[in-house]
Amino acid sequence: MQLYILRSKNKITLVSAILIVGGFLSLWLLSAERVFEVALILASILGLAPIAIQAYQALRVKVVSIDLLVTIAVLGAFLIRNFEESAIVTFLFLFGAFLEQRTLNKTRSAIKELTEMAPESALKQMADGEFVEVDVEEVDVGDILLVKTGAKVPVDGTVLTGVGSINEASITGESVPVAKEAGSYVFAGTILDNGTIQVVADRVGEDTTFGRIIELVEEAQDSKSEAERFIDRFAKYYTPVVLVLSFIVWLFSRDIELAITILVLGCPGALVIGVPVSNVAGIGNGARHGILLKGSEVISDFSRLDTIVFDKTGTLTAGEPSVAETQYYGDHIGEVLGYLASVERESDHPLARAVLEEIGETTFSDVSDTEVVKGGGIVATVNGKRVAVGNVALMDREQVTLSDTARADVERFEQNGNSLVLMSVDGELKVLMGVRDQIRSGVKEDLQRLKRLGVKNLVVLSGDNQGTVDLVSRQLGLSEAHGNMLPEDKSAYVKRLIEEEGQIVAFVGDGVNDSPSLALANIGIAMGGGTDVAIETSDVVLMNSDFGRLPHALGLTKATARNMRQNIIIAIGVVLLLLASLLFSDWMNMSIGMLVHEGSILVVILNGMRLLRYRLRR
Amino acid sequence: MMKTATIQLETLTCPSCVQKIEGALKNLNGVDQESMKIMFNSSKVKLNFDESVLSIDAIEKAITTMGYEVQKSSVR
Repeated sequence: MQLYILRSKNKITLVSAILIVGGFLSLWLLSAERVFEVALILASILGLAPIAIQAYQALRVKVVSIDLLVTIAVLGAFLIRNFEESAIVTFLFLFGAFLEQRTLNKTRSAIKELTEMAPESALKQMADGEFVEVDVEEVDVGDILLVKTGAKVPVDGTVLTGVGSINEASITGESVPVAKEAGSYVFAGTILDNGTIQVVADRVGEDTTFGRIIELVEEAQDSKSEAERFIDRFAKYYTPVVLVLSFIVWLFSRDIELAITILVLGCPGALVIGVPVSNVAGIGNGARHGILLKGSEVISDFSRLDTIVFDKTGTLTAGEPSVAETQYYGDHIGEVLGYLASVERESDHPLARAVLEEIGETTFSDVSDTEVVKGGGIVATVNGKRVAVGNVALMDREQVTLSDTARADVERFEQNGNSLVLMSVDGELKVLMGVRDQIRSGVKEDLQRLKRLGVKNLVVLSGDNQGTVDLVSRQLGLSEAHGNMLPEDKSAYVKRLIEEEGQIVAFVGDGVNDSPSLALANIGIAMGGGTDVAIETSDVVLMNSDFGRLPHALGLTKATARNMRQNIIIAIGVVLLLLASLLFSDWMNMSIGMLVHEGSILVVILNGMRLLRYRLRR
Repeated sequence: MMKTATIQLETLTCPSCVQKIEGALKNLNGVDQESMKIMFNSSKVKLNFDESVLSIDAIEKAITTMGYEVQKSSVR
């Protein structure tokens, strides 16, 4: 019976609405006061039933819930025969709960979409060799599974036979299909676009990469910050205190109307729900954009970020220096390049490697009298000709005259952030090459966006030599760049920033050899394309190592933190407003109080919902 | 034999729901209280329980009598 009433809550709300409207109509149109009263009494009793049951159940486990406050308030209204208020208050309370459930589902929808991508069934090979459809929970490690076109891969595993292309958007965020053949690794939750494959299960259920992502996101949305835990503790004692307060007011004033109004006004609503709503909507937005934010503590730290530290130049660049620009002077270029390659072959300098790579296949000549000029380059004799390869200083030493055009070229190449390689044959400039570590496309714009969002320092700590690091730093306009750093140097640097300079530091890394720094930093950001270590040790995961998601992540956390503050202000503002109206005006009564109370809850939910549509302005 | 139950509930709308469910489950004999996690946003309950003392049905019943519908549960 109790369960039946609770399940029919929505129907009860509807009937009670009809009764209330009908009652008022008969009063106004027919002046039928008797009908009015009976209708409202019915509506009150009907509406109170589910609320009272919930209140009683909660009381049995020693929880003083809002339901109890409302139940007592409605009973009180009955006592003073104010059926109008008792009916309207119960209706508003039920209808409010109904709307809250609807809107809350919306704010949680983004994460729900993610969890619904989890595979549910699999075609498993049985002892007789036949494939039979089973629930995904019945699949064990080592089972052989058949995946057909359009189906979800049910497990993490290795392709045994067959070929196909797989959309791995659920893991990497990248929707371009990836070709798979025997021996390839496939992930649970990805979709086979075409082809048919057989897969040996390696990890199943919650152990799969997708399973872990879901678990992390689910835990993230319910992980609580210090502030939220405070609000929760507060709410626990707040409700009983309101109950006692209203009783005291009644004792002294003997005014039931006033006492029950306090009960309704005292319902903690928007305050307890405001922060979780912003949190879940923000994390949901992130999940949709390939950004996993692990909880509200992370959001609050991330939104106040001072410094971002990158673990290596490779995060920002393609990783290998290469020739970006070339200029030739004079004829016989083929022959000249052969000489250049022959000399560079003698060196293991990174610039020399880049030059060799650029020239590719050529005819090598014998090199003699090789002399390495420190801080300059190489001078040698090739085919009886004096060949110099190095920087501008070496050219000066060799008394090579640079024409005005050549000087202009040198200047331009330098401005573009290149290291220069010049080459002269018998005192005449032949080749100018500009070598640089190519910046990944979009990185420069992304860094500017981060700065606009309020990040003060962008720092690179790299194992590369200082020269390479300086080059990248100059091209990107970083605030600091340190080369020759070991993992322990990096973590010491991060520690100093946090402990001595009091900065809030994010460390961006791949999570493999820099886990100490990832753990030390206020925010560890893993650029792991779904690797376990990265997902476990970090606070924020950028799926598919997509650097371009970093500005969105920062903007989103800022918007979410702002949204939480707005919700707290709305909630506290409403409580103060209600209290003030109760004390200083006479228009406040139970129904209006309930209306404002439920209204404020809906306002904070709707406010939180805006975060689902958040996009970074370009 | 300790097992882990994951129970999906109808949408929870008020954080006091969490308190209520917590209260209801705390009193059950065989529930590992340390492991109990009631997640408001994902509307899920996770807990470890001793299968020789307590059945999953009894856990579900404790939740439904509080007025919350159980949509799905799994034990492993």
